[in-house]
Amino acid sequence: MKFNLKKSWTIASKDYRTYFTSPIAYIVIAGFLLIMGWMFFFNVSHFNLQAMQYKQFGGKSGSITDGVIRPLYGNMNVIFLFLVPFITMRLFAEERKMQTIQLLMTSPITLGEMIVGKFLSAAMLVGTMLALTVFYPVILFVYGNPDLGPIVSSYLGTFLLTCCYVSSGVFFSSMTENQIVAGALTFAAGLFFWLINWAAQSAGPVFSDVLDYLSLIQHYNNFSQGIIDTTDIVFYLSFIGLGLFFTHRVLDSYRWRS
Amino acid sequence: MIEVSGLTKIYGQRTAIDHLDFTVNKGEIVGFLGPNGAGKSTTMKILTGFMPASFGTAKVAGYDVFDEAIEVKRNVGYLPENPPVYFDMVVEDYLKFAAKLHDISKAKLKPAVDTALEKTGLTHVRNRIIGNLSKGYRQRVGLAQALVHDPQVLILDEPTVGLDPVQIIEIRQLIKSLGGAHTVILSSHILPEVTATCERIIVINKGKIVAQDNIERLTTRMNQGLTFQMKVKSVSNNGIQAIQAISGVKSVNLHDGALAIEINPSQDDIRDRIVEAAVMEKMGVLEFGADKLSLEEVFLSLTTQETTEGVQS
Ligand SMILES: Nc1ncnc2c1ncn2[C@@H]1O[C@H](COP(=O)(O)OP(=O)(O)O)[C@@H](O)[C@H]1O
Ligand SMILES: [Mg+2]
Repeated sequence: MKFNLKKSWTIASKDYRTYFTSPIAYIVIAGFLLIMGWMFFFNVSHFNLQAMQYKQFGGKSGSITDGVIRPLYGNMNVIFLFLVPFITMRLFAEERKMQTIQLLMTSPITLGEMIVGKFLSAAMLVGTMLALTVFYPVILFVYGNPDLGPIVSSYLGTFLLTCCYVSSGVFFSSMTENQIVAGALTFAAGLFFWLINWAAQSAGPVFSDVLDYLSLIQHYNNFSQGIIDTTDIVFYLSFIGLGLFFTHRVLDSYRWRS
Repeated sequence: MIEVSGLTKIYGQRTAIDHLDFTVNKGEIVGFLGPNGAGKSTTMKILTGFMPASFGTAKVAGYDVFDEAIEVKRNVGYLPENPPVYFDMVVEDYLKFAAKLHDISKAKLKPAVDTALEKTGLTHVRNRIIGNLSKGYRQRVGLAQALVHDPQVLILDEPTVGLDPVQIIEIRQLIKSLGGAHTVILSSHILPEVTATCERIIVINKGKIVAQDNIERLTTRMNQGLTFQMKVKSVSNNGIQAIQAISGVKSVNLHDGALAIEINPSQDDIRDRIVEAAVMEKMGVLEFGADKLSLEEVFLSLTTQETTEGVQS
């Protein structure tokens, strides 16, 4: 079947713009930057304090990568876990509630193109938010000499991981007319795939490997250390693809019933 | 332009439409008339390629609605019961979005939107946010959306519901002007609505087509009034007079021991009052029903006074 990315783009650009006509994008972005700014400040001053202590008493201080960059982007992941539900909850739920989905579904655009468009709109907002944090590493470069590698890979990892949340958010939004329900389920699912990691630590050897593999956070570890491993990328992309595939299933059956 | 054969939709246990057969020719304006729950919206959702049928086939503009849904959607403009508008969008942006979804190229985007705005009388509100417009204007935006890609076929589901009388007249004129260039099928549960805009009517009730004919023939049939048969145990003059006294009853005649009660067309449903009168007069009602066709019952359940509808919202 033909897939026309231009159609997806029509939807994506419209929904991306819609974020900025409602207060939601501004609230999410402001909250995000506020928390990130506070964390950045906290990490940097903590790192400075440590570095000074090491200087006083001798010994080797940790690198900026370990002391600032890794916790910074690690925390960013957690914040996205909380924020993504707000970003994705309305995508399909609102269309269903207002029945504007009838316009989409009676236009010459496939369900796949529509779903990818919705996904892209949210991914683009996440990308925008990530772009707004670029000045933190810039500050680090101005005052220090951090490794570029881990910064770049952290961004890539964070973006992919967050896109997994987005994909599941799109899925839950397609299941209901109720935005709040969609958002809550998205958060619960994100938390679940996040916490799987803990369960892995107390499970038996084989099972723990499986759980480890399924954990979204586990696949982020390499990225945070500056390692870009195709296994991790494949995992994230598969997760995203699966979420969108299930969305397709949901919307197809919605068509039969409504 | 539209060919429907054996079209059936079953929701779980409920059969919403049952083996519909009809055709609509190019350039025709056809009214789909029936009371609430008759299956009008269901039929339209299938014709637009939105929803698959359970059985039967439908072809629109030469394409099968199931197998060639994308082609059908390209050639159909659809106004659902609730206009599918985004309340937070500006009118013009919304129409651009709808046009892009329908493969209108960038170069033709602006003229297409301008034409749709003009046809629907929206040019002066093109920069307004849709959510701030009145219901009538939102309906027009919905209609402009259906028109923006200049489709061969227009499917309009109750296009004037909730509008005030002035807006109703405007929308009707607009729809009438679309005939010829477009093939239009519009649904309504309001009798005067279809007689005012359509050349031909398909009457549907409980998922089945009960009549399809041109306006003149159907209106003559209706204007003859509706006749009901009442079988009673004992005919009394008092009883006949009591029934005759009910406003809306045109005549009461005795026919083979049964009463033929003719009531005025465009009349509220007074069947209950007729039976009540007969019972009060102790005539012993055995049977009471429509004369021959369920069409007459359908007409009774249609809204015949449009003001009641228009004033509501
Ligand atoms: N999604 C649905 N699920 C179950 N039954 C439905 C659904 N939509 C419509 N129906 C039923 O199908 C019948 C026809 O409905 P509809 O096509 O909306 O009628 P109309 O548009 O003529 O008022 C009604 O009896 C209605 O209750
Ligand atoms: Mg309906």
